[in-house]
Amino acid sequence: MTSVQHIQAEPAQRKALLKTASAQQLDFLFTRGVKALMVSFVVIGLALPLIAMLGKVFDVEGGLNGVWQMLTSSRFMWLVGNSVKVSLSTVALVVPTAYVFAYALQRSWIPGKSLLRGIALLPLMAPSMLSAIALIYLFGNQGLLKAWFPDGIYGFSGIVLGQVFYNFPMALMILISALGMADARLYDASVSMGANHWKTFLNVTWPGTRYAVFASSCLVFTQTITNFGIPVVIGGDYQVLAMEAYKSVVGQQKFSEGALIGSILLVPALISFAVDLWMRKLRGSQVSSQAPTYVAPSNRLRDSILLLAAAAVAIALLSLVVMAVAASLINFWPYDLSFSLRHYDFESSGGVGWLAYRNSLLLASLTAVVGTPVIFTCAYLMEKTSSGWLDGLLRLLCMLPMAVPGLVMGLGYVFFFNSPSNPLNGMYGGIGLMVVCCIMRFLTPAQMTATTALRQLNEEIEAASLSLKVPLLTTYRRVTLPICLPALLEVFRYLFVSSMTSVSALIFLYSPDTILAAVAVLNLDDSGNIGASAALSSLILLTSAAISLMLYGLSRGLLRHTQLWRA
Amino acid sequence: MASSFSQISTIPLSIHNIGKSFGKQSVLSDVSLDVNAGELVCLLGPSGCGKTTLLRIIAGLEKQDSGRLMMGPRDISRAHPQDRDYGILFQSYALFPNLTVAQNISYGLSTRNLLRSEMRERTEQMLELVGLSAIANKYPGQLSGGQQQRVGLARALAPSPSLLLLDEPMSALDAKVREHLRHELRSLQKNLGITTVMVTHDQDEAMVMADRIALMNQGRIEQFDTPENIYRNPATPFVANFIGQANWLDYQSTSQGKAHLGPLSLSLDNIPDGGPGRLFCRPEALRVDNLPQASNSIAAQIVDKLFLGNRYRLTVALEQLEDQHLVAEISTDLTAMPLNTGRIWLTLPSHSLQAFPGAAA
Repeated sequence: MTSVQHIQAEPAQRKALLKTASAQQLDFLFTRGVKALMVSFVVIGLALPLIAMLGKVFDVEGGLNGVWQMLTSSRFMWLVGNSVKVSLSTVALVVPTAYVFAYALQRSWIPGKSLLRGIALLPLMAPSMLSAIALIYLFGNQGLLKAWFPDGIYGFSGIVLGQVFYNFPMALMILISALGMADARLYDASVSMGANHWKTFLNVTWPGTRYAVFASSCLVFTQTITNFGIPVVIGGDYQVLAMEAYKSVVGQQKFSEGALIGSILLVPALISFAVDLWMRKLRGSQVSSQAPTYVAPSNRLRDSILLLAAAAVAIALLSLVVMAVAASLINFWPYDLSFSLRHYDFESSGGVGWLAYRNSLLLASLTAVVGTPVIFTCAYLMEKTSSGWLDGLLRLLCMLPMAVPGLVMGLGYVFFFNSPSNPLNGMYGGIGLMVVCCIMRFLTPAQMTATTALRQLNEEIEAASLSLKVPLLTTYRRVTLPICLPALLEVFRYLFVSSMTSVSALIFLYSPDTILAAVAVLNLDDSGNIGASAALSSLILLTSAAISLMLYGLSRGLLRHTQLWRA
Repeated sequence: MASSFSQISTIPLSIHNIGKSFGKQSVLSDVSLDVNAGELVCLLGPSGCGKTTLLRIIAGLEKQDSGRLMMGPRDISRAHPQDRDYGILFQSYALFPNLTVAQNISYGLSTRNLLRSEMRERTEQMLELVGLSAIANKYPGQLSGGQQQRVGLARALAPSPSLLLLDEPMSALDAKVREHLRHELRSLQKNLGITTVMVTHDQDEAMVMADRIALMNQGRIEQFDTPENIYRNPATPFVANFIGQANWLDYQSTSQGKAHLGPLSLSLDNIPDGGPGRLFCRPEALRVDNLPQASNSIAAQIVDKLFLGNRYRLTVALEQLEDQHLVAEISTDLTAMPLNTGRIWLTLPSHSLQAFPGAAA
């Protein structure tokens, strides 16, 4: 500590003051501007379409009386009954299986965890119809294992199995993170009081994860009841609500009926959303950040059982994927099993396949390229700056997409953007509106990923840079973004893959020029071209998986490159 | 050294009637404080007393509900943080983990229209000042806690602010390092002559480092004075209890310079006539003898004795006041008498007794 006399101030005080004034304006513009833009974006991209859809309900013939008649008709009750039955069965199958699988990944010493995890996440890489297509190849009229389902796979069992496959990874991810957080001290206490494994599970593990079980049940229920891709492909005569909404709008142009079913499907979504919020509040921070994380001791018997169970699930999931991909490479199922790429030229379908694939790539890239910076910056500003009432409004609006199923969002877009009186009508059918729709649909989970990463940063970084008179935007660029790059890549990956595989909202928005791959999968299957449908599904799957692997590699490389300061 | 920098400006900071509440909870009420130019003032108090909020208000990171802030002649009550001209060292240091030590230090210089060479020169000066020239190219994650603290300090001081704010700067350090860095930080601050406000909950730290201590409790300043006066003449029972050890004796009334405690009377140097209250006395002010002294001597029994190396800590029970215990600390050197259980005479010197009227426990 020497040479104190050198500590001196600069001469250009006035210049510096001028500069901080403009820095302040820049920050103000950056903070308020982005937040205000985001508010208007969500209002136009979600709130108004939703209102438009709800308004459409009143157009039902005969007004409220007509609505009542429709709701109490025997056909409608049948649809509701079918939907609820399918959804509850799916929950009952998915959640316990996913719990055991997650338990094996988080609380055991089994080998091959990352392989198991990778296989379990595969269903997310393909459109939901892939499972239904594979099931038809396996158990359908000409299926390999037709004998397993003597009553036929078409109908209730086909829908439920397809939904189980599609929903498994979503439930799994919630349960994995819940089982990953555990306070080691509670386990030590339990063991030291002489409790056995089962007692410890009941008294410590279960209370710590039951919220996640409930949350994942809600998610699976909502996802299943609003999904129409799987029932369209494998439902046969067994019809459900979501399919009815899709058919009445797309096939029969009965818009108000579609709107009515859409509004009804909003109910379970809103309920599970509210319950989730309430539980989050209730739970608070159950595991304190200082708590040492629990690491399960090794136990040969337990690990063997868990490995067997997890492997069985992984093989079941994998066999559906393999079946779909293999079927797309076979000349003529089941008569000519020679290898062929003929399903990939999509000729019988007028060559729409490759156009759709290119469109999907464009959509997914645009959504990821535009959505990642928008969502990340919005999350940053919400987390690190305050702008009074604007914050509360934005927070509310950003939670909203979570409560709106894709089908409902798509219907809302039809009613709002396709209305001739809307000045934005010209966007309808274009790729731009689809990008907006995708960003809206996947906004909340992407933002949660961003927020989680941002919360790990030192809270005082922004305050420190303000005291140094550096504009917020500079600190965001020079410090925050480099640190959060892995999370940024994860948001990019999520947006890309989700847009690539999504059908539910987009199916209402395309025009012949902008048809998408996942939509074409459904259309091809509808026109009886199941081989091409399998080919296109496989293409989507491979693309999503390749992009995910690439970004994962990039992220790993980045971490290695920067591990000097990530210590 | 030829340089375009001028001497650091030492300016006073004054805080007038600051009030702040979060929702219904009042955090600061009517807080006023004058910090002289070049002075180090400690905001000391238990957690939740509002000291950190006050520091954040000075920094402009929280907005006060009422009151004014003046930095020298400038009213900064409504100024943005960027407009206030201070450097701050956070409890966590808040270093930028992806920037090197040198880049961290020069971070605040980048917006200042300096030539590249001026920036480098200034950064080197700061590195030298905190003795970190050798590790300029390391990342914060590779440094020890003490080194990180110095980087934080150098970064805060690099743009030559007129005010330095320290938010619990020592709390993330090991006890041994802490002791050493207290002195280092204090002598650096003295040499720079920079006006400094420091928040701490550690009374030893405040005692060692501060020119003056503002002792806060429940959103108010209980006493603002030098460490010595705060210790010797606490303004309120809270101050007396918070700093050091305290003995308390309830009295029923006072007359003719004496406080009356049941059968006992003790004389005080300064006491007006009046009603009940409490007497306060530090443990080391008490004298222990085996014979009564001229005045203020009370018969007592030793209940407990602790050997603390340089002193004994005795707990004694007063014979004439039931259930009344006092703690006395006496130097081991000065005590010739055998301190075993049995009767002793406790003397409470009149100058070391302080009365808090009306403050019965």
